[in-house]
Amino acid sequence: MQAALFARGRQRGFFCAQSPGFWRMWENDKLAKTERGPAASAPIRLEVWMKKRRLQTRTVLIVFILAAAASILLAAGLGPVAVSPGTTAKILLSRLPGLGSHIPVTWQAVEENIVLGLRLPRACLGMAVGASLAVCGVAMQALVRNQLADPFILGVSSGAAAFATLGMLFGAFAFFGVYSLSISAFLGAGATILFVYTISRTRGRVNIPQLLLSGVAVSMIMDGLTSVIKLSAPNALGLHNAEFWMAGSLAGAKWAYLTLPLATLLLCMAVLAANYRGLNLLLLGDDSAGALGVNVPRLQKLLILICSLLAGTSIAVSGTIGFVGLIVPHFTRLLVGGDHKRVLPVSALLGGILVVWVDAAARLLIAPEELPVGVLTAILGGPLFLWLLSNQTRKNRR
Amino acid sequence: MKLQAEGLSYSYGCKLAVDSLSFSVEDGEFVGLIGPNGSGKSTALKMIYRALRPQAGRILLDGQDLLKMPYRQSAQMLAAVSQENEVPFSFTVEEIAAMGRSPHKRFFEADALEDKRIVAQALAQLGLTDLAQRSYDQISGGEKQRTVIARALAQQCPFLVLDEPANHLDIGFQMQIFSLVKGLGCSALAAVHDLNMAALYCDRIYILKNGKLVCCGSPEQTLTPETIWEIYGVRSVVSRQPETGKLSIAFLPKEAEQAIGTVFNSHLQKRRF
Repeated sequence: MQAALFARGRQRGFFCAQSPGFWRMWENDKLAKTERGPAASAPIRLEVWMKKRRLQTRTVLIVFILAAAASILLAAGLGPVAVSPGTTAKILLSRLPGLGSHIPVTWQAVEENIVLGLRLPRACLGMAVGASLAVCGVAMQALVRNQLADPFILGVSSGAAAFATLGMLFGAFAFFGVYSLSISAFLGAGATILFVYTISRTRGRVNIPQLLLSGVAVSMIMDGLTSVIKLSAPNALGLHNAEFWMAGSLAGAKWAYLTLPLATLLLCMAVLAANYRGLNLLLLGDDSAGALGVNVPRLQKLLILICSLLAGTSIAVSGTIGFVGLIVPHFTRLLVGGDHKRVLPVSALLGGILVVWVDAAARLLIAPEELPVGVLTAILGGPLFLWLLSNQTRKNRR
Repeated sequence: MKLQAEGLSYSYGCKLAVDSLSFSVEDGEFVGLIGPNGSGKSTALKMIYRALRPQAGRILLDGQDLLKMPYRQSAQMLAAVSQENEVPFSFTVEEIAAMGRSPHKRFFEADALEDKRIVAQALAQLGLTDLAQRSYDQISGGEKQRTVIARALAQQCPFLVLDEPANHLDIGFQMQIFSLVKGLGCSALAAVHDLNMAALYCDRIYILKNGKLVCCGSPEQTLTPETIWEIYGVRSVVSRQPETGKLSIAFLPKEAEQAIGTVFNSHLQKRRF
């Protein structure tokens, strides 16, 4: 436990405000204070410290942005047909206006097709979905004041699965055309959360324990419905497809699929970033948050709306990719502390990077066949979650 | 800042916790709410700091209707120390205290140097400077309570609502916090469990029982052996402490009560304030 704590301290020190350098500065200042009399150096210390802290948050962000870009580039080259990162970069640069003509074509047309038509949209979608799930997890954890909450805790995934299987196996939403799967999943997610929200409202306020419990109950109901639908499925291929989709997959990503999740992500991120203080205050508890100027009922409603939008769209384009929304916010907090001003952007980037790489692994592990990403995140994320859980209970008992 | 509460009522389910309670706090006054467990002190305070919406009655803050104000505006005038001080996420002590600056901030506005200075001062006032960078979930209950009070100070409001602020604190910090709040010169409304503390620091006292007002007035008028017996069912001796000029209350256990029963009775007759 001691070792773990120490490691954690070091980790935080490396990435965020509480760096060894800061401590040294603090200590020096204390010395200076005793020599020169109290409060003589206070303003100087604050100024230096604030500058340092801002710099470090910015450094972390820049590092992650670069890592995200690199991940997309590298992952676009990975797959059953390997394309080197250099070629990928060249193919991309050749598409930039003004620059394209200066780059000699050293690659084959098939490589360009694979990179631009298949892998790049897939990597970008992975980034958007991962970021959505991570941000959704952050919002959900703030809403229910629990670090072990995830985007699907209110039964959105089960609702989406039920509607989507219905659409896939019986063509219930066929009138939406090619987007019928996505739209049916989104409708399912929306209907579920609306239902859960309606039953957990008491006197104009959301009752959080009731919200959680009704989420669990409704997701069980929806899972039951999904089973009934699957058992009465008319065709085996449809069943296989439905299973694959529900397990979470980015296969078949197209550029056209990217608009909706990206727009949702940016919108929700903007709203959350504007309310980052409210999110912080919500963690103190409803009473304290209200006394500190938060309109708690309104913020809760807003968060439920945002969570359902984010979870709904990411389910609609990629099925249920579990554990990302749980693990990523948690690790982000270990890295940069609990302040949502830092947690929101960092977790979005981290989530995106994680999903891009797990997706790359999913198409490499049993190539030329593919594993659903959701299966892989579950297999990797499950043990991680258990480790976090035991760590937390140990910490509480201490 | 002047606060007036008129006819406040609140019930949890069918249990009426606060029954048409009226009270007021004048500008710069320190007012104590006293009563046994479950008497509705916390509920009354929660309605003042807007955690609960009164089912009847109204609250005026300097003549303005508190319940119709935006939350941000009321949080700029009225700060609260509630009994919630568990935060299940990792924040540093300083970050928790800095949250007191939130109501003064607009969307996207970052903490300025001025905010940092206010927070640093609040932490220093509560002796938390050395703990500023410690993780909030790894400090003791008393330190948490002080952090929450520092947060309320950082809010810099002309009105303070304190729900048992001395909870978890040793006598040194209890005295320090009450003195500090008195010294701020702002109006304060506090639920106080310790009658001696109430006698020392409160300008006026309201005594509640079962959600109803029993009596109100100066400590001398309210903290009498008769009221204490009526409220808590405990015998006591109330005397004036010559050094402080304030009342001091000694409680008598059941055994002592019988032994000095006669003394107590004669004492009771002598002491009328």
